[in-house]
Amino acid sequence: MSEFEPKIVAFVCNWCTYAGADLTGTSRIKYASNVKIVRFPCTGRIDFMLLLKAFSEGADGIIVSGCHPNDCHYTSGNFHARRRWLIFRSLLNFLGIDVTRIQFTWVSAAEGAKWAEIVNSTVTKVRELGPYTEYRKAADYVASQEKEVFNG
Amino acid sequence: MVDTMMEEKATASTKVFSSELSQKVAGLLQSGDVQLAIGYEKGTKRPRPCFISETDDADKLIFDEHCTGNLAVYLTKKELIGDSKVAVTASYFALRSILRLLTENQVKLEKLVVLTVTSEGKLIQFETAEDIAAYIKSTPVPAREDDKVLLEKLNAMTREERWAFWSDELSKCFKCYACRAACPMCYCTKCIVEENRPQWIQPWASTLGNIEWHINRAMHMTGRCSDCGACGSACPLDLPVHLLSKKIVEEVSESFGMDANDTLQGGNALSTYKPEDKETFIK
Repeated sequence: MSEFEPKIVAFVCNWCTYAGADLTGTSRIKYASNVKIVRFPCTGRIDFMLLLKAFSEGADGIIVSGCHPNDCHYTSGNFHARRRWLIFRSLLNFLGIDVTRIQFTWVSAAEGAKWAEIVNSTVTKVRELGPYTEYRKAADYVASQEKEVFNG
Repeated sequence: MVDTMMEEKATASTKVFSSELSQKVAGLLQSGDVQLAIGYEKGTKRPRPCFISETDDADKLIFDEHCTGNLAVYLTKKELIGDSKVAVTASYFALRSILRLLTENQVKLEKLVVLTVTSEGKLIQFETAEDIAAYIKSTPVPAREDDKVLLEKLNAMTREERWAFWSDELSKCFKCYACRAACPMCYCTKCIVEENRPQWIQPWASTLGNIEWHINRAMHMTGRCSDCGACGSACPLDLPVHLLSKKIVEEVSESFGMDANDTLQGGNALSTYKPEDKETFIK
């Protein structure tokens, strides 16, 4: 059996982290290829439902990243996002969803090296945690029910 | 004709009502100050909401510590209220909700007569929002022991146990949306579960869809929930869904220093921010 390769989805802001990740590439810094980057106008735009959708569609880990506080292109998007994440994280933890699989970070456009470090450390952590089948099982609930009904 | 009318009026005004509250509401209805009164009447098991527009019916009204349903939920129902001025007998948590609805511009105080009865049996009519705020601040929060016990039990569990607990509980939910209907803050005319472009939440009942729905409901209550527990008591399966928003109420007060009673100052917890908000979880 081949080694488990974690699937990581990164939700990043256009102005800082996306540019930062671009810098990682132009600086020729190598980092894990497990990450799929989704670009958003701002961290304030990252709906919490997107994180849940990522998990139910097969992500094993999630990175959410944007501009450092006070650096937001839209002045306050990241401040609002920070509050939302705090509440969301606490709620997920209360529900027993594994919040250690979600990495929240600030990566500026100049921090190409930090981006590589974040991705690598997240991949290592999620590799240790293994695939997040627990949550996906909930998603498979309807399919498994139907199987039970039709197979007697 | 005029005589009989006069006579009827005279009998109504001399009618003896069983409580101060009934008398007050009868007076309000008779003088035409309000056209509708929302209160509690005796129910089969526990008190139930009643809607009174006739003076004589005011005698049905009761108010005690068993009147826990949140009557503020009816105040945003246009089909019920219309243009009329309404008297409402509000429990402790309903008062919190009314304050919230006032700050969110969903009700107008000049269209409301807010009444409550203290634990000593004293009838209070509130004049201003500040009066309501002062009253709920000075009155002890009604304790709900069952919730406290279950919350402590859940907090003591490991993450895996909590997941097992919640995925099992929420897998039973069949999306009747009684929790939404019972909540005074769920007044949106189009809810996210009815949104289908994109379809955020599966409309049928499945564990995942149910979990997603309850996460959404709790998130949308952030900083607005009065912690009345009406969603949980409305649940036909007795799922403890109110604990999700209760957890958030605690988190909001702990992390942002916003108390559920501080509804008059500051905005919604999620539409305001402070540069110094805690970010220990961010790398």
